[in-house]
Amino acid sequence: MNNLLVLPVLVPMAIAVFLMFFRQKVGLQRIVGVVGGITNILIAAVMVYRVHSGGIQTLELGGWAPPYGIVFVADPFAALLVLAASITAFAVLLYSFASIDRKREEHYYYTAFHFLLVGVYGSFMTGDIFNLFVFFEVMLISSYALITLGGSGKQMREAPKYLLVNILSSTLFVAAVAYLYAAVGTLNMAHLSQRIAEVGQGGVLNVIAVLFLIVFSLKAGLFLFFWLPGAYGAPPFAVRALFGALLTKVGLYAIVRTFTLIFAHDPSFTHTWIAGMAAATMVLGGIGAAAYRDIPRILNYNVLIGVGFVAFGLATGTRDGMDGVVFYMLHDILAKGWMFVLGGMLIAAAGSDKLDQMGGLIRRRPGLGWMFFLLALALTGIPPLSGFAGKVLIVRGGLENGQLTLSLVALASSLLTLYSLIKIFREAFWGTEPDLMEETERGESSEEERAVGEDRSRPYAAQGGRLAGISAVLLLVMVIGMGLAANGVYDLASQAGAVLEHPGLYIEAVLKE
Amino acid sequence: MAIAVGVLFMIGVYLILSKVLLRVILGTSLLTHGVHLLLLTMAGLKRGDAPVLNGGSKTYTDPLPQALILTSIVISFGVTALYFVLAYRAYQTRGTDEIDDQDADAAGKEGAS
Repeated sequence: MNNLLVLPVLVPMAIAVFLMFFRQKVGLQRIVGVVGGITNILIAAVMVYRVHSGGIQTLELGGWAPPYGIVFVADPFAALLVLAASITAFAVLLYSFASIDRKREEHYYYTAFHFLLVGVYGSFMTGDIFNLFVFFEVMLISSYALITLGGSGKQMREAPKYLLVNILSSTLFVAAVAYLYAAVGTLNMAHLSQRIAEVGQGGVLNVIAVLFLIVFSLKAGLFLFFWLPGAYGAPPFAVRALFGALLTKVGLYAIVRTFTLIFAHDPSFTHTWIAGMAAATMVLGGIGAAAYRDIPRILNYNVLIGVGFVAFGLATGTRDGMDGVVFYMLHDILAKGWMFVLGGMLIAAAGSDKLDQMGGLIRRRPGLGWMFFLLALALTGIPPLSGFAGKVLIVRGGLENGQLTLSLVALASSLLTLYSLIKIFREAFWGTEPDLMEETERGESSEEERAVGEDRSRPYAAQGGRLAGISAVLLLVMVIGMGLAANGVYDLASQAGAVLEHPGLYIEAVLKE
Repeated sequence: MAIAVGVLFMIGVYLILSKVLLRVILGTSLLTHGVHLLLLTMAGLKRGDAPVLNGGSKTYTDPLPQALILTSIVISFGVTALYFVLAYRAYQTRGTDEIDDQDADAAGKEGAS
């Protein structure tokens, strides 16, 4: 019994409900949001500490002992993800203050934001597969609200497709749960794992496993990502940061959880599928990132590369690979949030999202420029930054397992990441400024912003500001800090990796046998 | 039961494949109905007493699938309602109820500006 575990879900939910009644008072909404965000980081930190020192924590909701009741489980993996997610969410919240226009703020932006967090944290914490579905839906319905909020033409074109994809995958999720329940007669993840180990993972269970893989891949953007670049290009950048950092990671977390815990008994079948999908995702994502010339698409395809990389780590199935998965996912949550914040600031500074219309920004925004450069290095995995350790571990796991081709693909995708981001850096920050820029550059910055704000042909104009800078610097510090403290983080990550590799630990903690 | 599920899935998929948003929404709602029936079927259509502890009954119906279906119905109801609102809004903004109609989109933009 440990009521701490329910707090990450409870705090944002209370805030979301509270803010519903004060939709006109934007100032109050912001303050409550900040307080809530800090509270959540603290809760998550305490949780990580407790899990680190005291092992896996569980909370039986309503006092129903598993496998009958719903159980919340904080194993090291989930606790670390909640921590990383709450830090990123806090930074994105700060960025929202700077970039989301007042009209959206008054129309329940923060309520939807916090409900989204409820879904994300809940998905990480729950130990029951149907409860996972429920938290997925909480998260998705909030994301529907966020993606449609504002109602611009582009959003209205992408949102119905986004909804359709997610409704279909949710429907398949319920179907998969139904089949699973028919096959083994339980819904508790630990119990599922035990029962599947007893009956052996034969043909029927493999079909169910693939069904789950399809469902989660649709949500994570693993291979079945056709909807992602379009849908993530529609909402404002703060929302994209939230989606790119958290939504895909929740899908990915579900894949990692189900395929290390529940369907872990026939890796030669399931993990081959995952490996293939991971490779395809990395290749296609890399090609997409290298080929496009507008910034939103490049960033969206970079999200996909990260997803492919984690899936590859899972597919290796080795201890190093698992540590790498944990490490890289933590890094990816922070770095992808950072990437979209910087992307949004860049586009705000340039007044356009096309690379061809940018140039010479380093003179006006040197800080932003160098941060972007660091971002490129971090996402590629240059040593002092946080991407390095995760990539090393995953690739080492791949080589250990004899997956030479896949490891090469993974490394090549890192190069494509570097290429695509340096392309932005080179063309947007260096080079000569196009004519478009010169006109606005002459004016005072405040006048410029006002002028641009009124200019409706530039939809991204309002996304700069000082708070955005603070948010970006916060994430920068986290990314560098995680890189420098890689040893300490590795301790935590390898504890999480151990649980992923030996699902017995998880089962023991939940069922207490 | 299985046949009913199959028919619902078939019609649902057919409707989703059409371009008109309204039909797509109806398709998704039929599909979720199919899934709910599937849940009921999958748990086994047992006949027995109400699942009350200390009721003294030896054979009782498994209550879990019904709880799941109830949850799922509520969620799908909410999502369908939201989807209808969104479809109406999209129709107002874009002047068409077809998914991804680029021409109509361009026309809608001209009309708006």
